[in-house]
Amino acid sequence: MKSLTKFMDSFGAILLAIIWISPLLFAFWAATHSTSDAVNLNLFSPWTLENFRVAWAGAPWLKYFINTFMLVTVILIGQFVLTTLAGFAFAQLQFPGKDYVFILVLMQLFILPEVLIVENYAMISRLGLFDTILGVGMPYMASAFGIFLMRQAFKGVPIELHEAARIEGCGLLGILWRVYVPLAKPTYLAYALVSVSTHWNNFLWPLIVTNSPETRPLTVGLSIFGAPENGVDISIISAATLMSVAPLLIAFLIFQRQFVQAFLRAGIK
Amino acid sequence: MSAHANLERRRQAIYGWLLLSPAAILLTLFAFYPSVATLWSSLFSRGTRRNPTEFVGTENYAELFADPTFWIVVKNNLLYAGVTIPVSIFIALSMALWANGKIRARGFVRTAYFTPTVLPMIAAANLWLFFYTPGLGVLDQIGSLFGLPSVNWLGQPETALWAIIIVTIWKEAGFFMIFYLAALQTIPEDLKEAADIEGASRWTYTRRIVLPLLMPTTLFIAVNAMINSVKLIDHLFILTKGGPSDASKLILYYIYEMAFAFFDAPSAAAMTMMVIAVLGIVAAVQFLYLDKRTHYQ
Repeated sequence: MKSLTKFMDSFGAILLAIIWISPLLFAFWAATHSTSDAVNLNLFSPWTLENFRVAWAGAPWLKYFINTFMLVTVILIGQFVLTTLAGFAFAQLQFPGKDYVFILVLMQLFILPEVLIVENYAMISRLGLFDTILGVGMPYMASAFGIFLMRQAFKGVPIELHEAARIEGCGLLGILWRVYVPLAKPTYLAYALVSVSTHWNNFLWPLIVTNSPETRPLTVGLSIFGAPENGVDISIISAATLMSVAPLLIAFLIFQRQFVQAFLRAGIK
Repeated sequence: MSAHANLERRRQAIYGWLLLSPAAILLTLFAFYPSVATLWSSLFSRGTRRNPTEFVGTENYAELFADPTFWIVVKNNLLYAGVTIPVSIFIALSMALWANGKIRARGFVRTAYFTPTVLPMIAAANLWLFFYTPGLGVLDQIGSLFGLPSVNWLGQPETALWAIIIVTIWKEAGFFMIFYLAALQTIPEDLKEAADIEGASRWTYTRRIVLPLLMPTTLFIAVNAMINSVKLIDHLFILTKGGPSDASKLILYYIYEMAFAFFDAPSAAAMTMMVIAVLGIVAAVQFLYLDKRTHYQ
């Protein structure tokens, strides 16, 4: 009886797992076979890389990859600098008005940037940053979530280390750089993984503020490439899709534990 | 001494504001000012070359309430939230219970559940297109094995929104699973032993011990799922574009259309304000729950 329930558990879990990755498996199947073999699910048909070649030639993918890479890098650097400074101020300094400002920052957690697309678009245009990578990244740099995360990390640093560094003659920024930042490394790593995978995948905002292949990230490029008006067939779309998710997917499969830990750390504050 | 303390206080205040200022400036530019500007522009009429914008009070809101499409979109989004939230929570919980148990191929199972989380919504939509396409799609192929007629899942009003809902659940359930998984690992082993000694069935143990202990996690996930039901709309751009005849249009997509396709900024602003109000209520609920959770600890 007990072994039966155990078997049923394994069976159900594995069945659900197969259902869950089947969209990816089918895409892989379609991308590596000719269109007619793919849609007929002809199991013994020959494998081919032709779809990848056609897809790669169909759009400036290299440019898109570089744009996405630049975008996540710019955002990450901006976030690290801004949230480190602000998180440190909130965690370790006493100054009038601090609590009110902190509540304002927390409020931003609930006003999703996605909701403010119209006014943010106007702001980016006003700043002359329309269709630039900086313009795509800027609204995300002062992340309230990141400030909160850094504040929590810095609060956990023992005050003795702070005092010791001060007695050694370290200035405030020196203390931040030499004591707090190194001790918060795990938080930085977690934050980096969450930030990179969020912005690698972001679509709506880049769609609005980019207007040329020079700045367009992968997601926007993929959506244009796959648009029905372009009449691209399913095997080639699958190849393009797999191509554009490959870097993040491979990184995830290798560093799975770190990814899951990062999302957990970021979620449970 | 007091002069020294005073100096130190002033130094901290200067440093505090200096360190804060870059983040404060960007938050003002891209969160606080836009929120106020949205409220402001929702109160003014749409300017044309002949009629400059003028203050109209709540007229934009009244117009929106009189717009039948608005109500279709609201109803769609309520259904979208009402289905994706409970179903993805239920699936996430089942996944976590399985992935935490002693089953075969546990590593593979966990990876399979979590993988959709790292894919962009646009890519997810492309993958699912292969399932939904009439005639060629996987669903139709499976259906034809059983002699079922071909169904245009994305092209008919009865099924389009459901096709969208399924993609969303697929995308978010694995993400929610990891929070349950983490919470399950904090439940002490001796509770299970005690339940076994008392002769409690597995179902009783799950319902009476595990689920109550997971309650804070469930609330956390529910809030996230609620936010997602506003935010996750990228797949609409690939799969349905809100159609056919608005049957799968969601609020954020409608805001996007209003602003960037119909150039009706005041209506978009009025709708944005309503979304912000709803998110504010969610936030208030979460703060209340966070207050409660501290009593457990």
